[in-house]
Amino acid sequence: MTVADPSALQPGLQPRGWLRYFSFSLDHKVIGLQYLVCGFFFYLVGGALAGVIRTELVSPIADFVSRDTYNEVLTLHGTVMIFLWIVPVVNGAFGNYLIPFYVGARDMAFPRLNAVAFWMIPPAGLLLISSYLLAGAAAQSGWTAYPPLSLTTPAAGQVVWILSVLLLGGSSIFGAVNFIATVLKLRRPGLKMMQLPMYCWAMLGTSLLVVLSTPVLAGVLILLSFDIIAHTGFFNPALGGNVVVYQHLFWFYSHPAVYIMVLPAFGLVSEILPVHARKPLFGYTTMVYSIMGIVFLGLIVWAHHMFTSGTPPWMRLFFTIATSFIAVPTGIKFFNWLATLWGGKIALNSAMLFSCGFILNFVFGGITGITLAQVPFDIHVHDTYYVVGHFHYIVYGGTVFVIFAALYHWYPKFTGRLLNEDLGRLHFLLTFIGFNLCFLPQHWLGLNGMPRRVAEYDPAFTTLNQLSSVGALIMAISTLPLLLNVVVTALRGQSAGDNPWNALTPEWLTSSPPPVENWHGEAPLVTEPYGYGHTPAESGR
Amino acid sequence: MQIRTAITAALATTALVGTGLLVGSQVSLLPVAASTNAPPYDSLFRVLFSIGTILFLGILIVLAYSLIRFRRRPGELAEGLPIEGNLPLEIVWTAIPAVVILFVGIYSYDIYDRMGGMASLDHGAMQHQAMDHGSMNPTQMDPTQLADGIEASAERIWGGIGSTQAYVDQTGDGSEASAAVPPLPVEVTAMQFAFIFHYPDNDITSGELHVPLGQPVQLRMQARDVIHAFWVPEFRLKQDVIPGQPTVLSLTATRAGTYPVICAELCGPYHGGMRTSVVVHEPDDYLAWVTQNTPATTA
Ligand code: HEM
Ligand SMILES: [Cu+2]
Ligand SMILES: [Cu+2]
Repeated sequence: MTVADPSALQPGLQPRGWLRYFSFSLDHKVIGLQYLVCGFFFYLVGGALAGVIRTELVSPIADFVSRDTYNEVLTLHGTVMIFLWIVPVVNGAFGNYLIPFYVGARDMAFPRLNAVAFWMIPPAGLLLISSYLLAGAAAQSGWTAYPPLSLTTPAAGQVVWILSVLLLGGSSIFGAVNFIATVLKLRRPGLKMMQLPMYCWAMLGTSLLVVLSTPVLAGVLILLSFDIIAHTGFFNPALGGNVVVYQHLFWFYSHPAVYIMVLPAFGLVSEILPVHARKPLFGYTTMVYSIMGIVFLGLIVWAHHMFTSGTPPWMRLFFTIATSFIAVPTGIKFFNWLATLWGGKIALNSAMLFSCGFILNFVFGGITGITLAQVPFDIHVHDTYYVVGHFHYIVYGGTVFVIFAALYHWYPKFTGRLLNEDLGRLHFLLTFIGFNLCFLPQHWLGLNGMPRRVAEYDPAFTTLNQLSSVGALIMAISTLPLLLNVVVTALRGQSAGDNPWNALTPEWLTSSPPPVENWHGEAPLVTEPYGYGHTPAESGR
Repeated sequence: MQIRTAITAALATTALVGTGLLVGSQVSLLPVAASTNAPPYDSLFRVLFSIGTILFLGILIVLAYSLIRFRRRPGELAEGLPIEGNLPLEIVWTAIPAVVILFVGIYSYDIYDRMGGMASLDHGAMQHQAMDHGSMNPTQMDPTQLADGIEASAERIWGGIGSTQAYVDQTGDGSEASAAVPPLPVEVTAMQFAFIFHYPDNDITSGELHVPLGQPVQLRMQARDVIHAFWVPEFRLKQDVIPGQPTVLSLTATRAGTYPVICAELCGPYHGGMRTSVVVHEPDDYLAWVTQNTPATTA
């Protein structure tokens, strides 16, 4: 594995300073930050699209944008948020930045593949958001692109959408191969698997899911594009095709995809909590097993998205049971995090606040998830705003909260400066209030008869929809303190020193920001990344 | 000291469980119940709502308590306790969700069965076929005959709820009588952006669904263009209507009134406007509606 040799990176040929962030850099830290900034840009794009959706829903009639446009906006919003914000940031950004430090390497196993994986994202993203201009109409069939609807909506936009998602899926597979190889093969001599920081395990599990399931998505989307371009009949019932097969193949990827979005977040939280609670991560071994349990179960529950589709009773039953059991490994993780906090010395800073917000929101979303897993329950609420509420509690309340926690936690590592805590707390408060105001009422709306993906609705639901839109507005405002914070800190932030949190995980045992080769000498051997609980005087560390 | 903690914990748990049960049983988040499916659904909802409230509040309390009780005071440098795990404790909190899940699973299976969901779908279609020929009581058919029937039947049902079991169960003593009432067949065609209901027995075609109170109805659904979904929140029932794959939905309305029929699957630009009504009539009114609407040629 000579690739880890820093001379192989040819630093001389790489631009320096800020320019390197716009170059085909092979440095995992640069690539990680490229993912982060690129992802955040698309988060703002996806957020603007969400603003259009919530503005339309202020009134019960379709009046703000045309109905076609509404479906385009809805489709782009979902696709951008999943494939260009959450997946790249929670995997690509933090994975690339942290994993080499955690295994004690100087870079990822395949730096060039790594750069290729990142550089597939901006063109794919631009292709996607410009599909309206390129093709005259963007995709309109939702992020799920179910045929035959996706075969009947404007073809060019749908094909551009498929192309873009294929590129993003390819990027994700390249990234995953790299993470697996790095964790398994680049560990510094003497470092055992069961001594790795938890995020490594989370990324290993996630990457397994990516390589096992993403090719299925690629396959099904290629078949769908054949149906659109070449008028084949794989999913066209008029030509003898089967639309339910599409759903099975789609969800075979897209259920695991929800774990691709949340397992890395579980890993990041497992790094953040012990540092700011000054306690070891509780139950390391069960945490590892529960990650692997989630990976396994995550692969055999996909049809819970199809309970009201063409699914016979036995299938409904099997997938109810399998899905419900995910609560067991997931529950273990939450109890272990609570036990990590219990008896600690908790610093209530922005990173900790966002982490605790994550715990609360995710527990809520997990509970509604269990209700959805029950066939008889789901038959009523499937494809309603109840489901919209559920997955936003998971994806936003869960993963996005963790991304923010991680930002406050690792920003000093990236830049050597501390983000302002007052602005951070304001950011948390606004996000937490806005988020709950936006998504909590949606559960009631769904239970009482509001389907999802509609531009118009029963006027009886107006008040709660307006409440939800106010929540969305607060969420939009909440990004301002964050942006301000980043700008102010960049200009004249408080210097952080190398290790402002007195953390023990390896990335903090070098300078902040770290040198190109990561370590000034040998990589340190960290066998107890969570060895907190010894007052500084008594610990010789 | 130990005993005090134990007592506090026991009291807190009792209060928590009490609150959960109270919330679950008192707070209603659902629309009115208008079909035989709704009461079992609502009891499942109450149970899940109670369990969910207990879990969520429990975790909220532990989290809030930890953040307050174990917060770092300004200037404090001490560390937390160096506890890395506790196997018995971890086994306990693996077991708790496992037991809860097992209970929820068994309970919801029972509910689904009471809704008629576990009955074979082809049974449902067959039942109707047999009925068409007016020869057989569907409840007395034996399985081998059924299998033959399925082979013979060209139409395979792909999803839905085929049986009106729920109605039979809930009427208790009257079950014999009501089971003998054959389900009323209605053919549902979904298209962009409307539902069309056809009553083969009287050759009525309508844009609104009309059903008699208390009589089982079997919706045999097909889509003409893209996937749609038939949803009546007050019935707690939903089923996708899929081109190329017939689905069924059996239901028995229990409350007269007019309720929305909503398309719940994205089907194009006017998806949000794809809705109509279901009118549940008293039996006499229903007959009047049928007579009024039956086309003259067949009447
Ligand atoms: C306790 C664990 C969970 C359970 C039991 C669960 C269960 C479910 C079920 C049954 C559905 C289908 C609902 C329907 O469409 O009728 C669903 C939808 C969804 N869930 Fe979860 N879920 C869990 C956790 C998660 C996680 C971890 C994520 C993502 C990070 C997630 C994201 C989603 C998304 C995105 C959808 C909607 C997909 C769509 O139709 O567009 N869920 N969940
Ligand atoms: Cu799923
Ligand atoms: Cu529709």
